[in-house]
Amino acid sequence: MSELTRLTAAELAARVADGSVSAVETAQAHLDRIDAVDEKVHAFLHVDREGALAQARAVDERRAAGEKLGPLAGVPLALKDIFTTEGVPTTVGSKILEGWLPPYDATVTRRLKDAGIVILGKTNMDEFAMGSSTENSAYGPTGNPWDLTRIPGGSGGGSAASLASYQAPLAIGTDTGGSIRQPAAVTGTVGVKPTYGGVSRYGMVAFSSSLDQGGPCARTVLDAALLHEVIAGHDPLDSTSVDAPVPAVVEAARSGSVAGLRVGVVREFRGDGFQAGVLQRFDESVELLRGLGAEIVELSCPSFDKALAAYYLIAPSECSSNLARFDAMRYGLRVGDDGSRSAEEVTSLTRQAGFGPEVKRRIMLGTYALSSGYYDAYYGSAQKVRTLVARDFEAAFGQVDVIVSPTTPTTAFPIGERVDDPMAMYLADLCTIPVNLAGNSAMSLPCGLAPEDGLPVGLQIIAPAMADDRLYRVGAAVEAAYQARWGHPILEEAPAL
Amino acid sequence: MPGITREEVAHLARLARLELTDEELEHFAGQLDDIIGAVARVADVAAEDVPPTSHPLPLTNVMRADRVRPSLTAEQALAAAPAQEQQRFKVPQILGEE
Repeated sequence: MSELTRLTAAELAARVADGSVSAVETAQAHLDRIDAVDEKVHAFLHVDREGALAQARAVDERRAAGEKLGPLAGVPLALKDIFTTEGVPTTVGSKILEGWLPPYDATVTRRLKDAGIVILGKTNMDEFAMGSSTENSAYGPTGNPWDLTRIPGGSGGGSAASLASYQAPLAIGTDTGGSIRQPAAVTGTVGVKPTYGGVSRYGMVAFSSSLDQGGPCARTVLDAALLHEVIAGHDPLDSTSVDAPVPAVVEAARSGSVAGLRVGVVREFRGDGFQAGVLQRFDESVELLRGLGAEIVELSCPSFDKALAAYYLIAPSECSSNLARFDAMRYGLRVGDDGSRSAEEVTSLTRQAGFGPEVKRRIMLGTYALSSGYYDAYYGSAQKVRTLVARDFEAAFGQVDVIVSPTTPTTAFPIGERVDDPMAMYLADLCTIPVNLAGNSAMSLPCGLAPEDGLPVGLQIIAPAMADDRLYRVGAAVEAAYQARWGHPILEEAPAL
Repeated sequence: MPGITREEVAHLARLARLELTDEELEHFAGQLDDIIGAVARVADVAAEDVPPTSHPLPLTNVMRADRVRPSLTAEQALAAAPAQEQQRFKVPQILGEE
């Protein structure tokens, strides 16, 4: 493996900037790594070799012309296949969009390109981002680089696995209920769900519009911050994009500290479903924070107990509405159009053929929750729970600066174990979902390996809306303290592929 | 809360434009019943005097100047169409035969 693939994004950008390595060499090293290992990992659905090398060449030419490059210019990135890429396939992990070539770039895609970031390809995901294991991809599962027989989390399992297997130093994910943070946790990487509205959703295929949020994935807290700064900020093309300055995330990541900080531990984020080794590593993290000078405050957020239930009504309801656009008329799959069938019959046959089981389940669940007679009891009540969850956070952030929890109740489970047991699968998002309901920001970063299975455990840090910089300040301090203790980044303990 | 029947799943599938197989109807009925049983606990707050939240942000209409801007050409917009004719999306019959 080329040494270039082991470097952080910050290190790579510095080398490209000072001319000690070219962007083309950097891209080629990562493409070679993809060729060597992705047959086993299956992190990518599409590798854009020519496009990546062309983007890299452009960075090298700009540098040669004496242009000032951005802080991540020439660094390769793996893009979740939910963001449109002009002329490059975008499937959202679904057969219904197989072969689709979008006619435009998502705002995130555009900003990456403008920053000179080299897009290597599109990563595997649960179909339409519905899932916690990437097993719901229509194109086959992704393996967890720590143990290829286990899930890499989901829905952004491809993005997280590409980082953990050194196929890319940066990746982009989307987080509707935990799809950035949970994959980060189970692969020993870093993932951030920014404040809702912090990153444009334009060109990001919609699942649940009031919850969906794109965000950065990386192997270090600083790299995530550098990427966060590139993709965040107001976008007139997304009417829910927040028109306010981006929190100073890079500065925060460079000055990690928790001295004097009040850190909340929520009582509701533990219990029967939590693996002993996960709780053990979490408790150690709390002690580590205390040792670094943080004040630990125990809190109760009673409505969090109903957050998962509310989420599995709200997200399917919005998805049943959003996915109505896949009607076989303007783009995507069309089946059964033999001249004798009506448009409605063709739509039904196409959706039947193009959607996988989890997408169908959620569309029907949403249709049920929104149907007359059930609307008030289900969707209406779920919206009330959402208010209560936001109030719990508001009260908590009156007492503390950040909240910490395990990111997910267990380490990576075996592929196949929960795929036909929706309720068991949904539990993976227990600790991440309240954040999406309230719209605030959160990060997952590694806090060790569970003693019983040797697999990564994630620590979740939660901050109020538009206080994303706190995630990076705390995350950088925790990361530095753990690396000092371990003597190396946690990924060095992963088995060679 | 009532349990969800196979007939109800068939009705939902029709509303959602999904041509499910008999096998799927059977399988999904059991699973949806489990899920709905588990999420029904939200109804504990149904009677509480709490305003609903539909979105994390206070949403306001975003207006822009009504000016012509660059956009997709007809060719680009139609490039992924399953069928097209005379610069339009060609779709199966929508209304009954005259």
